Amino acid sequence: MNLREISSLVFIVWLGLLLGAVLKIVAYDNILTGGVGTYILTHAAPELGAENIVTSVLLAYRGLDTLGELTVLFVAITAAGLVLGQRRTDAPSDSDAGFILRTAANLLFPFLIILGTYILLQGHFSPGGVFQGGAILAAAFFVPILASPASPLHHRVSRLVEGLVVATFMIICLLALFSDDAFLALLLGKGSVSQLFSAYSLPLLHIVIGFQIGTAFAGILARLQETEASD
Amino acid sequence: MTESAGIIILSYCGAIGLILLGVFAMVMYRHLIRIIFGLMLLEAGVNLFLITIGYRANAVAPILVDGQIPAAAMVDPIPQAMVLTAIVIGVGVQALALALVVKTYQAYRTLDTQELAQKLAKETGVDIIEGTPVYLPSPLAAHKQILEEKST
Repeated sequence: MNLREISSLVFIVWLGLLLGAVLKIVAYDNILTGGVGTYILTHAAPELGAENIVTSVLLAYRGLDTLGELTVLFVAITAAGLVLGQRRTDAPSDSDAGFILRTAANLLFPFLIILGTYILLQGHFSPGGVFQGGAILAAAFFVPILASPASPLHHRVSRLVEGLVVATFMIICLLALFSDDAFLALLLGKGSVSQLFSAYSLPLLHIVIGFQIGTAFAGILARLQETEASD
Repeated sequence: MTESAGIIILSYCGAIGLILLGVFAMVMYRHLIRIIFGLMLLEAGVNLFLITIGYRANAVAPILVDGQIPAAAMVDPIPQAMVLTAIVIGVGVQALALALVVKTYQAYRTLDTQELAQKLAKETGVDIIEGTPVYLPSPLAAHKQILEEKST
């Protein structure tokens, strides 16, 4: 044990004691009185017409945070693509997977697309939402790449979709800015609860963000996968 | 102390344990992939911690059924939304970290931080951890060493 390891251990023990202090101050009778959580629980459904309250927090009450999060994701993925670099066209790629995996991947593709879109569309009035749907969409595009690595994802297309989707998000925000003089304000009508077209512009934002996350994840997985094998 | 208090204490202990394990892995291991695993554990611990803050005993998920607020209490929706955000950002960060690790391995053929530091010191003449200049072998000796490494 050198000095560095001993000091690390001391630090970890100290951090554990510090975090353990939470056990002393936490409210065990767990009554949520007042505060913004209670307000949102009681007001979200009448105000927004969205049954999934987590979604309404994510896209309406804290929509700006989600925009910031998309920016962070965009930057991280762009940086990863920059670091990994472009693949040479003549670089050898892994051979195709077996027949069963390839066929299953092709069969799964439309169903995964349908499932992902369904979860995106239903996100404002049922369990589900942007991130779950986006992850499934990314899987739909990534499974075929795993099955046959030689057929690469068209990065130009995926970048184009990603850019278009972010532009759409900004356009929705700006439309709100001009129509209701508040950035990210809600557009369209409230509609009735549990309908596809309800909850203002939340479904639109849903689809846009879901596609952005889907293309971002699929793009980064494909880039990591097609990194040239080190000889 | 009720039954729900036990659940809350268990959950907090799990979260704290995950955080400590993650920090432990990050400071004690020298392998870059293990350090990234430590980061993942740390993220999982922090997410569990946040979710536990919003937990309420005998409460249901914050989703209305048929437009009606359920009779049972609902958990706090704000930590859940924040954790969803944190998970996605975590994945982006992990992807970036893995990309850097791939490039590091391609350039230096090792993922051990101490070996990396030695190789970098040989290249630049500066110890990257201590920041002090190191003794560089004469060009002839360095050339001999490279030849030896190639022959083995």
